[in-house]
Amino acid sequence: MNNLDALFGFNQTALKVREQRQELLAANIANSDTPNYKARDIDFSSALKKALESSGLDSSNSPGLATTSALHLGANGSTQAAAGISGDVLYRKSAQDSVDGNTVDGDVERSQFTDNAIRYEASLTMLKSDIKDMLSAIQGQ
Amino acid sequence: MSSLFNVFNISGSAMNAQSQRLNVVASNLANVDSATSANGTPYKAKQVVFSAIPAGSDHVNAVKVDKIIEDQTPAKMIHDPHNPLANADGFVSMPNVNVTQEMVNMISTSRAYQNNVETMNAAKSMLQKTLTLGQP
Repeated sequence: MNNLDALFGFNQTALKVREQRQELLAANIANSDTPNYKARDIDFSSALKKALESSGLDSSNSPGLATTSALHLGANGSTQAAAGISGDVLYRKSAQDSVDGNTVDGDVERSQFTDNAIRYEASLTMLKSDIKDMLSAIQGQ
Repeated sequence: MSSLFNVFNISGSAMNAQSQRLNVVASNLANVDSATSANGTPYKAKQVVFSAIPAGSDHVNAVKVDKIIEDQTPAKMIHDPHNPLANADGFVSMPNVNVTQEMVNMISTSRAYQNNVETMNAAKSMLQKTLTLGQP
């Protein structure tokens, strides 16, 4: 794997996982009136970790903070990611059960959908600035 | 194919299903006083039943209208002896359409449709922003 792949890889993978999550959330909103439909979602941090591992980038490549003391909090995601189920599509816990067995909560889904869209754009912005950095490096200006 | 493109299929299927539901609501409201029909019985209220269908990738479901069922509640009996459809006791059986329920259904349908339009718009703007990646 070359250096450019390693540089862009993290945000590229993050965008991919965000995209998959956006699709799942859209399906939840679409099925908000389907009897017995159960809302699904993924745990983003574990899904991202799994995706990074499968694309050959381990999470130590991800942007993070160096910890020089045992008291420092890890910020590279790998210390926070849950072990066990990773990247699996889970069922959302419903706060209130509905008569038709549907577990989609419109408010939750809409807020998660917007949240995910903003975070997608954040990853996009970071990827953009990575590309800009590399461009200015090769142009030498 | 990108997952974001699939959002168009999913939201589109939901918009289609919701507009069919709105159609049924319109039919029910229009026939609220139809005491007779082609087979001689009063109009029966109809309801749509949605079901989830797999859409492209795993665990992701679109919507379709599974079936349209007839409301089985008994017809309303109205005392109107002058009506040609009245029975021996002077009662006419009228459709079992519940207007309040239909209005609630209509508002719910409209909100669900709007939700899906918003979803589609969000996916569209995300894709457009992605297209500008790498441009100065």
